Amino acid sequence: MGHKRTNAAIWSWTLFVLVAIYLPIVCGALASFNKSRYFGFPIKTYSTEWWQKTLDSIEIGMIVKTSISIALLVTVFSVVIATFGALAFARYEWKGRKLYQKLILLPIFFPQPVLGLAMLLGFNAVGIQTSWMTAVFAHMIWIVPVVTLVIAIQVYGFDPSLEEAAYDLGCSRTQVFREVTLPLLWPGIWSGMLFAFLLSWSNFPLSLYTTGADSTIPEWLYAKMVAGYTPMVPALGTMATLGAAGLLLAGGLVGILLRRRAAA
Amino acid sequence: MADLAIASPSEAAAESAAQLRRGRMLSVGARCALPVAILLGIGFLAPLVAIFGYAFATPRSFDVFASFTLANFATLFDTSNTVWLSFFWSCGLALLTVAILAVVAYPIAYGLNLVFGRWSALISVLFVFPLFVSENVRLYGWVLFFIKSGVLDGTLKWLGLPGGPEVLYTPGITLFGMVYTYLPFMLFPMTLGLALVPRDLVDAARDLGAGRLFIWREIELPLAMPGILIGMLLTFVLAIGATAEAKILGGQSIIVISHDIEIAFTYSQNWPLGSALAVVVTFFIGALTLFALSKLDLDRMLGRR
Repeated sequence: MGHKRTNAAIWSWTLFVLVAIYLPIVCGALASFNKSRYFGFPIKTYSTEWWQKTLDSIEIGMIVKTSISIALLVTVFSVVIATFGALAFARYEWKGRKLYQKLILLPIFFPQPVLGLAMLLGFNAVGIQTSWMTAVFAHMIWIVPVVTLVIAIQVYGFDPSLEEAAYDLGCSRTQVFREVTLPLLWPGIWSGMLFAFLLSWSNFPLSLYTTGADSTIPEWLYAKMVAGYTPMVPALGTMATLGAAGLLLAGGLVGILLRRRAAA
Repeated sequence: MADLAIASPSEAAAESAAQLRRGRMLSVGARCALPVAILLGIGFLAPLVAIFGYAFATPRSFDVFASFTLANFATLFDTSNTVWLSFFWSCGLALLTVAILAVVAYPIAYGLNLVFGRWSALISVLFVFPLFVSENVRLYGWVLFFIKSGVLDGTLKWLGLPGGPEVLYTPGITLFGMVYTYLPFMLFPMTLGLALVPRDLVDAARDLGAGRLFIWREIELPLAMPGILIGMLLTFVLAIGATAEAKILGGQSIIVISHDIEIAFTYSQNWPLGSALAVVVTFFIGALTLFALSKLDLDRMLGRR
């Protein structure tokens, strides 16, 4: 039977692609433990010197703080807007819904470098000085539609008759939202929060044009890749990756708990 | 109509209550969409208007909405302008990226739906995670892999072989970088699309004696098409706008269209020309996206019951 062979082929192909996907991340991690300033493989002397230097650097500390501030604000604002956006996307039947579903996707389908430049132009035209706060706004233009889709998938799976039962039992709209809608949507909202934070954390093209004099981790890395490589580049890159992985892992565990509670 | 004629009074009352509720939902839906609409109106539409305004401003000036000229477009459409070469590179690379990714992602999407079983969730997460690592970092990892005396070259030499090929800073490695970066954007819509194929239909066809190729061509592929199309559209559009791959891996051996736009805005300080170019690209992408999206039913795709 050829079925088994096909399945084995699919498994091996998938594992091969996965290895390829993580290979460059591993290469970066290797380079960060190289003692000498320039990369050569096999590595002659391993050291954690560059990690220490990266952790001690005041400049990098500020950049990390900027990245975290942007990502946190983006998460809070995006999730609030996108939760309502997702209800409009998937829950309610209304006149402009089909059009709205398509228009909201446009920022996702738009090249981010061009979007970043367009926003720079827009800020410039109305006379707003760009800083990390304008970057928060810029990230949201791309992240709110993504998070809306993530939450919408949860909304599709929810039974509207639960809300209607609450109305019939005399609950006010705020009560229904707080006691019925929100708890049912929590797992989706939680995934949306993780997406928002991590996508903002790793974003480069939008930050490049909209942070002004401030700098985020991906921006700093790019600047040093182009000119002035030191092993601090892969060290910070690896730290950012590990941070994202840790957050995703912790967030995923909380998500599983939330889902279990929503199902109970 | 016939239902209405035999409806008892209580059913009619329920009917009108349902109508009332539908009316309420209509306004609630629009109100829920309002924050998103305002955000995108200010943050997406307004900048596009600004770009549009700049595209008609005097070249090398900053008099947006104060001057009107077609000079920027005339410069672009001049045949001696190298911008068309960039456009050609971007389109060509994007088309190749889409074609390669369709082949690379299809078996994985199929596996996620039908083969991996309880491993599906973990494998999906492993494919999503790279999206949360800046593409700079990942592409630079490939530089470290392919560079002279890098991971590949070093390993081969250590094994006593002649060493790795010199692939960095070529158009080919740019294409490789694009395929690498945009894999998730093809994989996940494709997976959603394949999930739409009813398995009993495939089983029925098999019971009736259809061959595997026939089933794939006549049932699986057409029914999964909406997802595959979204994936193709998404990767194509993102690849058209890609710059990081050509800059980091390609070493600027080719200039892609977004890079041309950036150059106009930064080094040459010619915002009106850059805007005109951005307007052309925006129209191209916008027309393509809206055309493709108008053919799709998103409710069905994302799983409305």
